[in-house]
Amino acid sequence: MSLMKFITDSQIWKSIFRHKYPDNPRDQALAVLSNVFLHLHPIKVRKSGVRMSFTWCMGGLTFFLFLVETITGVLLMFYYRPVVEYAYNDIKALRDHVPIGIMRELHRWGAHLMVITVWLHMLRVFLTGSYKPPREFNWNVGVILLVLTLLLSFTGYLLPWDQLAIWAITVGTNMARATPLMGHEGPGAAFIQLGDVSLVTAGSDVRFGLLGSKTVGAATLLRFYVLHCIAVPLGAGLLIAVHFWRVRKDGGISGPM
Amino acid sequence: MLALLVPHLPEFIKNFIDGLLEPTMYFVLSVVGFWAMIQFRSFWTRGWFIGGFFAFTIVFYFWSLTDENFKLIVGKPDNVPITILFFSLAFLLWVAFRKMVINDRLIDKGLPTFEHREASRRVYCWPDLVYTEFLALILCTVLLLVWAYYLKAPLEEPASLVKTPNPSKAPWYFLGLQEMLVYYDPWLAGVVFPTFIINGLMAIPYIDMNPKGNGYYTFKQRRFAISTFLFGFIVLWVTLIILGTFLRGPNWNFFGPYAYWDPHMVESLNNVNLAEYVYLEWLGRALPSNILLRELPGFLTVIAYFAVLPPLLANLVFRKMYKDLGFIRYQTMVFFLLCMAALPLKMVLRWTVNLKYIVAIPEYFFNI
Repeated sequence: MSLMKFITDSQIWKSIFRHKYPDNPRDQALAVLSNVFLHLHPIKVRKSGVRMSFTWCMGGLTFFLFLVETITGVLLMFYYRPVVEYAYNDIKALRDHVPIGIMRELHRWGAHLMVITVWLHMLRVFLTGSYKPPREFNWNVGVILLVLTLLLSFTGYLLPWDQLAIWAITVGTNMARATPLMGHEGPGAAFIQLGDVSLVTAGSDVRFGLLGSKTVGAATLLRFYVLHCIAVPLGAGLLIAVHFWRVRKDGGISGPM
Repeated sequence: MLALLVPHLPEFIKNFIDGLLEPTMYFVLSVVGFWAMIQFRSFWTRGWFIGGFFAFTIVFYFWSLTDENFKLIVGKPDNVPITILFFSLAFLLWVAFRKMVINDRLIDKGLPTFEHREASRRVYCWPDLVYTEFLALILCTVLLLVWAYYLKAPLEEPASLVKTPNPSKAPWYFLGLQEMLVYYDPWLAGVVFPTFIINGLMAIPYIDMNPKGNGYYTFKQRRFAISTFLFGFIVLWVTLIILGTFLRGPNWNFFGPYAYWDPHMVESLNNVNLAEYVYLEWLGRALPSNILLRELPGFLTVIAYFAVLPPLLANLVFRKMYKDLGFIRYQTMVFFLLCMAALPLKMVLRWTVNLKYIVAIPEYFFNI
């Protein structure tokens, strides 16, 4: 006990924690207030809002999985080169040369799980009517985050550069060539001409922009890698901040008015 | 070891299920199941029923794993999330519906709902909320670690655009959309409808003007909103993902859950366009060479669907809703609703009269 007291009375401890053990209202409030991460929370919440049967904890888990994906993703980036010559062998090496290696598994299953938790979070928010005023805008932010989650998962799907990856992305991105007006097999694209030259072709349409080439190839791999590791996570991180901020500003976890 | 002791799933059960299921029956059953879920909610949310349902489903699921074909498709590493989705969705729907049923009873009696009773009670985030989150986080981590340890992430042969796998499938969460390709062309199923799904979701808060049911579980106060959303999510999204992943084999042919994926199975295709019905069958003359004239019946159908149906519905079915929402909100709502209904409608038309396209202008990739 005295050792514990020695530690908690030390200047080092006190420089980190500005409050005593949180077993009284004042320190409970300070524990949340004086910690930048816990500060995402208000000091008090509705009783119904902390019930797992009400929230299912799906939003929180989605954010947690986003963090898991970030950490495992950074570690995987150390061992992966987004070049056609290396990509497959790098992943294969992770499988063959690392005993009990589960980093890629954590990343992949975490991603699948995140898709599921996002859907279930949206379902809960809908069923409790939590998109109703004043939370309309935050529902919209959530919808965009849902799309970004799917995009994150989809862009990551290509990176192992195996048959599963290339064909899933081929099937998925083939849809883009049917985009009205902007895909070379989309309705209306044939009318977009300059004299006799059609402007929307396999080498200039929206699918080409997505893939960086006419088929899923080296350019696509690099493009999806950058999207997966930098562009989409940045966008998602930004919107997550907005999402959390608005949860607080719109009155916290929803409850009856 | 244990697997050796368990007798295999009897052939007659497999044959019955494989024989029963084909796309039509699968979809009809899921719609009927959905209707029953809504209708008999106060019955099935009882503890003993849902307990029995889960016990039965889990036992049957694991028993089915004794079948090689079932195990092959369900046990595919990237398909495991669908099993997790299925069971967690079933469980959480039970949680939600149970709360709805209880709250609705309280509302009927004029009593405050569960959430209303607690509305003014506030608790400190530390420890109540922080510990709940911590616990959820640990459980999630344990699940992930176990899953990652026992199931290796898939890695197939190196990528090659020369060797096309049959079937080629998108990632599992897009397979509802890929299943839609059976009924609509890529420009609709792959581009326009997904865009509408996103836009429709975003429009929800601005077209649902019902002030009730904000922040608590209730079904009776939000019948239309909840039924529509759940129909979209459960029937048109989740069950189509299950169909697209587990039951679609080579050449996108339908296979029962225990059936062998025979790549040489032949499906007869004799689908007919609307224009052919109108000109060849009903009018008894050749198809006009003018494209616009040829597709006139189709265009009229589509225009009628989106322009004539809304005012008709406003006067017949949605009279009160039209008054509450006003013109613009009602139009938005009914437009997305009709788009959503377009999938099951086309399915039914395909199954009953073999309708291929309503408007068919393959010259310009414009097929509806």
